[in-house]
Amino acid sequence: MQLVLDYYNYWVCIILMMVGFYGVMAKTNLVKKAISLGLFQTGILVFYITIGKIEGGTAPVNVAAKGGEVIYTNPLPHALMLTAIVVGVATLAVAMAIVVNIRQTYGTVDEHDIHLLEHEMPD
Amino acid sequence: MDLITQNIPALIVVTPLVMGLLTGIFGRKAAGWWMAMGTTSAVLAMAVQLLVNVLNSGTLQVTYQMGNWPAPFGIVYVVDPLNASVLTVVALIGAVVTLFARKSTLNEVPQDRAHFFWAIWQFCMVGLLGITITGDAFNLYVLLEISSLSTYTLVAMGKGRDRRALTAAINYVVLGSIGACFYLLGIAYLYMVTGSLNIADIHHILTTKVYPTWATDAPLYHKTVVAGFAFMAVGLSLKLALFPLHTWLPNAYTYAPSAVSALLASTATKVGAYAFIRVLYSLVGIDFAFSHLHTDQVLLVCAGLAIVVGSAMAIRQQNVKKLLAYSSIGQIGYICMGFALANQDGLTASVIHIFNHALTKGGMFMALGCVAYRVGGTRLEHLRGLGRQMPWTMAAFTAGGMGLIGVPLTAGFVSKWYLVSGAIGAGQVLWAGVVLVGSILALIYTWRCVEAIYFGQRAEGAPVVREAPLTMLVPTLLLAGASVYFGIDTRTTTEIAGTAARFLLGATP
Amino acid sequence: MKDNVLMRVAARWNIPFMVMFALYTQVHGELGPGGGFQAGVIIAAAFILYGMVFGAAEMRRIVPRKVTDIAAVLGVLIYAGTGVYALLNGYQFMDHVALMPSNPGAAEPWGMTSVEYGVGITVSAVMITIFNEITEGTDEPRLGGDTEIVPAPQENKTEIG
Repeated sequence: MQLVLDYYNYWVCIILMMVGFYGVMAKTNLVKKAISLGLFQTGILVFYITIGKIEGGTAPVNVAAKGGEVIYTNPLPHALMLTAIVVGVATLAVAMAIVVNIRQTYGTVDEHDIHLLEHEMPD
Repeated sequence: MDLITQNIPALIVVTPLVMGLLTGIFGRKAAGWWMAMGTTSAVLAMAVQLLVNVLNSGTLQVTYQMGNWPAPFGIVYVVDPLNASVLTVVALIGAVVTLFARKSTLNEVPQDRAHFFWAIWQFCMVGLLGITITGDAFNLYVLLEISSLSTYTLVAMGKGRDRRALTAAINYVVLGSIGACFYLLGIAYLYMVTGSLNIADIHHILTTKVYPTWATDAPLYHKTVVAGFAFMAVGLSLKLALFPLHTWLPNAYTYAPSAVSALLASTATKVGAYAFIRVLYSLVGIDFAFSHLHTDQVLLVCAGLAIVVGSAMAIRQQNVKKLLAYSSIGQIGYICMGFALANQDGLTASVIHIFNHALTKGGMFMALGCVAYRVGGTRLEHLRGLGRQMPWTMAAFTAGGMGLIGVPLTAGFVSKWYLVSGAIGAGQVLWAGVVLVGSILALIYTWRCVEAIYFGQRAEGAPVVREAPLTMLVPTLLLAGASVYFGIDTRTTTEIAGTAARFLLGATP
Repeated sequence: MKDNVLMRVAARWNIPFMVMFALYTQVHGELGPGGGFQAGVIIAAAFILYGMVFGAAEMRRIVPRKVTDIAAVLGVLIYAGTGVYALLNGYQFMDHVALMPSNPGAAEPWGMTSVEYGVGITVSAVMITIFNEITEGTDEPRLGGDTEIVPAPQENKTEIG
C-alpha cells in the first residue's frame, strides 16, 4: 500500500499508459484506436512532468526578485513535453485524416469489416 | 560561399524545410517537382561536401552548435564518418528518386494535391537527414516523428491506385507512434539518471559516474538505465522493422506510390538502423548493451529470424512489390546482424550494407515503378515476358536481384563477404550459416521473377508495351549500375565504412 | 447548434475574451510562462468555438483555406527566417545575438519574440485547418453536441466506396 501511495504519480502514468496500450491493441474501431494512442502519449507526458517536479518547487520565473533562494521545478521536461504535445497533436491529426478517408472509401471504420472487405481483393 | 560551407550541417536540414514550405504554397503544377529536385540536388551536394570535410578533418568529427549554445545545453549537430556516410546515402537516394518520381507520380498521386505531395516529400527528407545528423537524443525523437508523419501521409497518398494504402497507413501510424513513444519513454529514464539529453554527454556521465558503481555494493540506477535502454531498443526496432516488429512494413511498401516505396525502402529503415547503431554504440555503449545485458544475443536471434522468415515469406508472394518488401525485412536482418556482432568486420558490413542495399532496393523498386507506369500493375503475371519489351528496365531489375542474392561482382556480395567474415571472426559460425541460407532463399525468390521476366509469355491479347520514359529509366539504371559498380570497385565504400566502424569501436572504450 | 440561443450568446461573449487572453499569452511568451504554442491554441480554440456554434460552412467563410495555408507557412518561415537571418550575418544558425550584436542580452528576447510569433501564427492556422478538414462536407459539426441528438452520421457518404 505504501508503494502505491508514495509513488501515486508514477502509478497514474502507468495506468494511463496501459489503458491506452490496451485500447490500441484490443479495440477494433479505428477512432477508438486513435484515442487510445493519444492516451498512451498522455501517459508519457505525465511521466516527464513528474520526473521534473520537485516538492514545493515553484515556476522558475523572476527568481532574482524572490531573493534568489527559491526551489524551482526543472522547466526542461515541460519544454520537452510542449514539443511532444505538438507531435502528439500532429500524429492524431494524421491518424484522423486517414480514418476519415477510410470511412469514405470503405464505408466503415471497424477493422474486422475492413479485413473482410480486403480479403476478397487480389494481392 | 564561406557562409554556406561553414553552415552545411544546419543548412542540410533547413534547406528542405524552407523549400518544402514554399513548395506547399507555390508548388502547383510542374513547379513542385522542380523545387523538390532543386532541393534534393543541393542537399546531395552538401552531403558529399560534408563527407569530404569529415574524412579530411583530423578528429573525424565536425560539430555545429545551434544558436551558438555549447554542447550539453544546446542542440548540437555532430557529424562523424558513420552519419556522414548515411547522410550521403539518404541525399543520393533522395535526389535520384526525385528525378524518377516526376513521371511516376503523374498517374499515382492525385494531381490537384501534387504540391502537397512535394512539400511532404521534402519534409520527409528533413526528418531523415535530421535524425542522421543530430547529436541530441530528444531532437532525434522530434525528427523521427517528422519523418514518420510525412511517411504516413506519403503512404496514404497511394489511395488513388489501391485503397488498401489507407489501411496500410493507419497500421503504420499506430505501430510507428508506439515505437516513437517507447523511444521517448526511454529518453525519460536516461534523463532521470543523467539529467542530460546530449548523446555524447549522456554517454560520458553513464560511463564515468553510473556504470563504475554497478560492481560495488551500492549500484546506482541499475534498473532505470536498463528500463530506459529496453524501451529505446524496442521503439527503434519497431521503426526499423526488425523481425517480430515488422508487420507494418509489407503493406506500407506495397500500396504506397512507386516513388514513395523506392524512397522509403532505401532510406527510412536505414536511418532507423543508423539510430539504433547510434543508441547502442554512442549512447549507452556496447559494454553495457552487449557485455552486461547480452542484447547482442537477442539481436542476433532476431536478425537471423528476420533473414530466414523474411526471405521465406518473400518466396510465396504474388505481388512483386510485396516480395521486395519482405525481402527488405530480410536485408534489415543482415544490417542488424552486422552491428550486433560488434567487431570491425561486422560493423563494416552493416555500414556497407546500408549503402549497398539502398542502391539495390531503390533500383528494384524504381524498375517496378516503370512497370507500373507502362503495364499498370506489379503482380508476377504483369512482369511475365517483359524481358523483350522493356529490356533496360528488366536488366536493372535483374541486376538488383543479383545484388540481393549476393552474386560476386555485385554490391550485395561485398557486404555479405564482410558479414560472413565478421561472424566467423566472432566465433558465430551458426550466423554465418544463416547468411548463406538467406542467400539461397534470395536466389529462389529472385529466380521466380527472372523466370517470369525472361521465360514467361505475355498474356494473350495484352498490349505491347514500350520501354519506360527516359526520365524514369535513367535514374533506375543509375542506381542499378551503381550497385554493380560498387560491387567491382569496392575501395571507396569499404574504406569509408571501415573508417566509420573503427571510429565507432574506438569511441566506445 | 445555431438555433440554440444559449450557445450563441455564450459564444459571443466568450470569444473576444479568449482572443484577448491568447494575445496576452503571446506577448508575455518570450520571458514568462506562455508563448506561441499556447497562444496559437487558444486563438484557434476561439475560432473553433465559433465554428462549432455557427456551423462549419460559416467558419470556412470567415477563415478560407487559402488564409490558413498561407498563415501556416508564414509562421514557420518567420521561425526559420530568424535563424537564417543570423546565419546570413555570419553567426551560427538561430544565434539570436545577430539581431542586436551591440547588446546580446537584449537580443535574446527579441529573437525569442520573433520565434514565438512564428509559432503562434502556425499553430493557430494548423489547428483551424485540422478543424476545417475534419468537418469538411458536414453542415453541422458533430463535435461536442451534448444538448441535442444528432441524426445518424452521413449515410450518403458510404456510396463513394
